[in-house]
Amino acid sequence: MSELSDTSKDRESRWRALMTLAQDGDQAAYGELLSDLFPVLRRFVMRRWPNAHDTEDVVQEILVSIHTVRQTYDRRRPFTPWLMTIAARRVADAARSRYARGANETTVDVLPETFDGDGAKSEQEARDDREALRSAMAILPSGQRQAIELIKIQGLSLDEASQATGKSVGSLKVGIHRAIKAMRQALERNG
Amino acid sequence: MARRMLNQDLIETLTENCAPIRPLAHPAWRALIWFAVSLCYVGVVVAIMGVRPDFLAKITDPQFATELAAAFLTSVVAAAGALSAGCPARPIWERLAAGLFFLLWAGALAVGCWRDVGAFGLSGLLAHSDIYCLPAILAISIPAALLILSMVKRGAPIAPFVTIGLAALASTALAAAALRLSFRQDAAVSVCIWQFGSVVLLTGIASLFGRALLHWTKRDQLIASFQAHRR
Repeated sequence: MSELSDTSKDRESRWRALMTLAQDGDQAAYGELLSDLFPVLRRFVMRRWPNAHDTEDVVQEILVSIHTVRQTYDRRRPFTPWLMTIAARRVADAARSRYARGANETTVDVLPETFDGDGAKSEQEARDDREALRSAMAILPSGQRQAIELIKIQGLSLDEASQATGKSVGSLKVGIHRAIKAMRQALERNG
Repeated sequence: MARRMLNQDLIETLTENCAPIRPLAHPAWRALIWFAVSLCYVGVVVAIMGVRPDFLAKITDPQFATELAAAFLTSVVAAAGALSAGCPARPIWERLAAGLFFLLWAGALAVGCWRDVGAFGLSGLLAHSDIYCLPAILAISIPAALLILSMVKRGAPIAPFVTIGLAALASTALAAAALRLSFRQDAAVSVCIWQFGSVVLLTGIASLFGRALLHWTKRDQLIASFQAHRR
């Protein structure tokens, strides 16, 4: 028992030291800390939410949260409660967002298949489509290509993309609109 | 659907972008800075509107002095609570402490109402319509609210509704105190309904926007911002 508590005390003081160095910009200490935390957080998420299908995603979101709010860690206070408060909050957020998504989804036995859908295409056709899209994207100006990458490929919302790029939501909308128009013309030209 | 990243890739990306940061100061210290700046602003507002002519006589009235002190204390302690709510694992009492001064403020107003009943009978409980209090408190509190919002945004959105509610309470309590210093509105029930009521209403409405104002940065959003900075 005392051996166990000694281990957790050691771990706590090690994490505190690493976090303090990380706040000062020590990349090696930060990398070590995040690598240390990953399995601990994975166990935490699996214990809190045993049926989660996307444990890795939730753990990654917790790491990102730790990164974005690392200035809130007070060096004079213990590290583990700080970490676990963030982890518990993010697990609760993930569960709530999963529940909200689930409430808007309808389960169907067989997905309707259309001739435009990927399911109706041969592997070769799908590969050709991807290649044609890639070529059409290559001709876009960098601003429009970035808007397409962030919003249509990475799945960011307009607000998130706006924060990431520093562009207004309006200019992103215009960029997307022009990019799609240019890509459609390029695809029609190439048959 | 966003693409999943490999765990090791994410750790490397975060590590590469680990710039030195200054840890946030103690919430009480930051609340005092906010209060000092906001108090200067409120002082200017009161100077522009004019201090009520009977101020020196009123401040010797224990009920008025308690009410005013409680409003100022509610403001500064609520600000400390809002800033503390953004620091994970800080003691919960720091968020609740403003409630004590809020109750003291409500108590001082209740004593005023009781005194009016003693002096004027039940007619002392008839409230005048002072609807201007709501927009006045809203207008006066906006700069202080924007300042505290920028401060709480540096914290973690652990409890967004509570954080925004406390920040709004801090700003509106300060604005209500400014009104008490400027306007001769002494019918306790009117102060209770129109000034204190405006504070409660605006705090309640603002807290509903907690999640819209304070949210976590998502993984893909952060990665995209790293990429954008690199370009």
